[in-house]
Amino acid sequence: MLSALTFLAKLLPPDRLLCRPEQLAAYESDGLTAFRARPLAVAIPETAEEVIALVRFCHEHKLPFVARGSGTSLSGGSLPVLDGVVIALNRLNRILRLDPELRIAVVEPGVINAQVSQAAAPYGLHYAPDPSSQPICTIGGNVAFNAGGAHCLKYGMTSNHVLGIKAVLATGEVVEWGGASRENIGPDWCGLFTGNEGLFGIAFEITLQLLPRAECFHTILAGYRTLEQAGEAVSAVVASGLLPGAIEIMDALALEAAKAAVHAEYPPGCEAVLIVELEGPREVVGVDRMRLDEIIAASRPVEARPACDADERIAIWKGRKSAFSAVGRLSPDFIVQDGVVPRRRLGEALRRIGIMAREANVRCANVFHAGDGNLHPLILFDGREPGALERAEALAGNILRMCIEMGGSITGEHGVGAEKRDFLPVMFGPDEMDCMRRLRAAFDPLEIANPGKMFPGAEAPALSHVGLHPLEQAGVIARE
Amino acid sequence: MASLAPTSISDLADAVRSVPHLLAVGAQTKRGLSALDIPKVSTKQLSGITEYDPGEFTFTALAGTPLSEIHSALAEKGQYLPFDPLLVEAGATLGGTVASGLSGPGRFRFGGVRDFILGVRFVDGSGRVLRMGGKVVKNAAGFDLPKFFVGSLGRFGVLAEITFKVFPRALSSVTLCVDVHGFRVQGSGFEVQGSEFKVQGSKVSAQNEPPSAEVAPITVASQIMIEASKGRWEIDALDLLPDGKTLCLRLAGPAAALEQLSADILTHWHGRSLETAEADALWSDLREFRWAYPQGPLVKVPLTPQAAPDLFSQLVQAERPDQSRIHLSAGGNVAFISLPSAEHSATLDQRLRRLKLSGLGLRAHGPLWYGQRPENKITLAVKQALDPEARYPSLDS
Repeated sequence: MLSALTFLAKLLPPDRLLCRPEQLAAYESDGLTAFRARPLAVAIPETAEEVIALVRFCHEHKLPFVARGSGTSLSGGSLPVLDGVVIALNRLNRILRLDPELRIAVVEPGVINAQVSQAAAPYGLHYAPDPSSQPICTIGGNVAFNAGGAHCLKYGMTSNHVLGIKAVLATGEVVEWGGASRENIGPDWCGLFTGNEGLFGIAFEITLQLLPRAECFHTILAGYRTLEQAGEAVSAVVASGLLPGAIEIMDALALEAAKAAVHAEYPPGCEAVLIVELEGPREVVGVDRMRLDEIIAASRPVEARPACDADERIAIWKGRKSAFSAVGRLSPDFIVQDGVVPRRRLGEALRRIGIMAREANVRCANVFHAGDGNLHPLILFDGREPGALERAEALAGNILRMCIEMGGSITGEHGVGAEKRDFLPVMFGPDEMDCMRRLRAAFDPLEIANPGKMFPGAEAPALSHVGLHPLEQAGVIARE
Repeated sequence: MASLAPTSISDLADAVRSVPHLLAVGAQTKRGLSALDIPKVSTKQLSGITEYDPGEFTFTALAGTPLSEIHSALAEKGQYLPFDPLLVEAGATLGGTVASGLSGPGRFRFGGVRDFILGVRFVDGSGRVLRMGGKVVKNAAGFDLPKFFVGSLGRFGVLAEITFKVFPRALSSVTLCVDVHGFRVQGSGFEVQGSEFKVQGSKVSAQNEPPSAEVAPITVASQIMIEASKGRWEIDALDLLPDGKTLCLRLAGPAAALEQLSADILTHWHGRSLETAEADALWSDLREFRWAYPQGPLVKVPLTPQAAPDLFSQLVQAERPDQSRIHLSAGGNVAFISLPSAEHSATLDQRLRRLKLSGLGLRAHGPLWYGQRPENKITLAVKQALDPEARYPSLDS
């Protein structure tokens, strides 16, 4: 190990190679705070050449490495490998090119998601994927985990917005796929690479497509007596032929928390609040909003509140996006799940989650992307209480099994990571797992790139209960 | 020997295992992609929609299902495949569309085949039936092999069944045509001769042009494509017709809104809106390649609207033009180039190399690949992972 450090020291100056325990502590964990592991060192490259040199060094010395951006992964995706190297990409934070004519941004992996849209805003453009951690999460992490957000139904996930990738694979090979064009010939390598969970290598330059920012929004918030009624309203919206930018639901516990945290106001006596947002040219939204308002009125809400101006719209979204960290404050610890069920089974899924939570004597709040069936049950527990973590994890596991059984997925946008790796073989059969292992081996025969993630079987990192992530406590990031 | 026109997925796997080398074909509407002298397994009888719940915005169908059948089933429920698949009337299948990676003009607004595929069942090189991706609109579990299969030309596995995301179809559409021919240089921009309609935001330099020279139509078209792509209108399709001088913009949405949007667009660029029948025929002709030479190569070339003028000047405006016809689609992000005969293939190949572009030959006339091709070791490694016995041909053949 010492010799590895000696070699690494030749690649980077001392201030960019962290080895002391107090320096490493900050990197031991990510957004999934229940796991932690201490790396051998944290390398902080500043250029693509340094990233390539580091990966090639790791390959040559069979040294495991984990690429890391802001460490917001909720599935433990950037959890270090014990005695491996963390390659922290935060200083590769340049927007290399922003071309409003071609509507593309070429960025380094350490660029923050929201900064892309900020840089594009003067040209009337934006970067569509909007995970709730967007003020802090990086594009590199978004690409590795195929991040989603509230607008996936209409706009898709990260992979739908990645046009080009330059990457160093775990073998040390440098590849360049795609580019500024929206079209491609041959196999879709960018599509395969996006969502690889850090197992294929490190993208050091990413070409993103930018879209014109919608000219006009119509956002409506409606409160319902029951979750089922809110679910029926979603079905009615979907059946109407409208294509909303976002359809979201928050349940009673999430509403309570949002009220307390950001002083959001919701219709009283509601078990669920639905948010639907239309967006597009003003002429189109002007016509569509009348249909949407009629559909919502017919769904018999306790109250429906359209946002009358931009401030009211922002307030609706602030309540929604802060809901998770707000719920988190109700409890010393929590686990966020990310399963997907077919939309028609949302009501049934929520009922079963409620029953399972009561049986397990665990509190569970729900905020979810109703438009695409992506659940985010938030399981509250107190890690200091003996057996509490185990009960919470058992409930989380049962929810994942239910999602698979309903024909859905164990993850809509957080990825498998360290957290759900035991469930990938539940969702996929032995032949599929073998195929994915073979693919991994093609990119990384030595299994040095982010080992211990996605695939079961690797040594489990130490479990601990450490409460909220410091950024979460500060309300900067949210888990969803 | 097992049937090479299997009727079930297990038969398909048997067929794959029965021969050491083979390639899957659908309706063979893009013969260039399978122009190899090896046994073929046809998916023609592996056909039918297996699941469709309009409320989920998803459907699953067997690979050999004709797109026309899928179109009808979706249309009944007011839905569609937004990427506007090509060669539907010619009989193209769902599997062939994925394997060829071809999207039509409608890919401009919401994305291409790759953006709507959710899951696949396929037969790998060992004859195993594997399921990858999912059947729900959002899924991040495991590697995204379904996307990899888009454009993979059947060289890594045989598609058996595919799940797609669909969208509700807009209630109506309008097509506008803008003539990009006859623009004259004026100052730092250009304008239509004898008219007040300026191309907004143009950056064309007049320095190297003689006074009042006509601006190449492709330069005007490229500039309008760039400007229109940034606009507020959410344009559905944006194509330059093979005549080289007619730019077509399609809008889709509620009729009342489209009227106003069209009027606004026509204050920016001089043009007219088409009658429904005329518009339908125009888009259908593009999707079916009716404009292309029947007996020559047809080549797909990804590019950018900025690069389009150079491509055109190399091909159609060259000193010795080779009579190429070009349909510039998806806002200038892809060119479909038709050559009169295979004799012209080598020239196209050289020109694309010079422009650092690549092309895929869709017809049996001429080669499969044109222009520059990246060579990565990982391509071979992934091929070995999915098809260790090289049962399917390599991407190079």
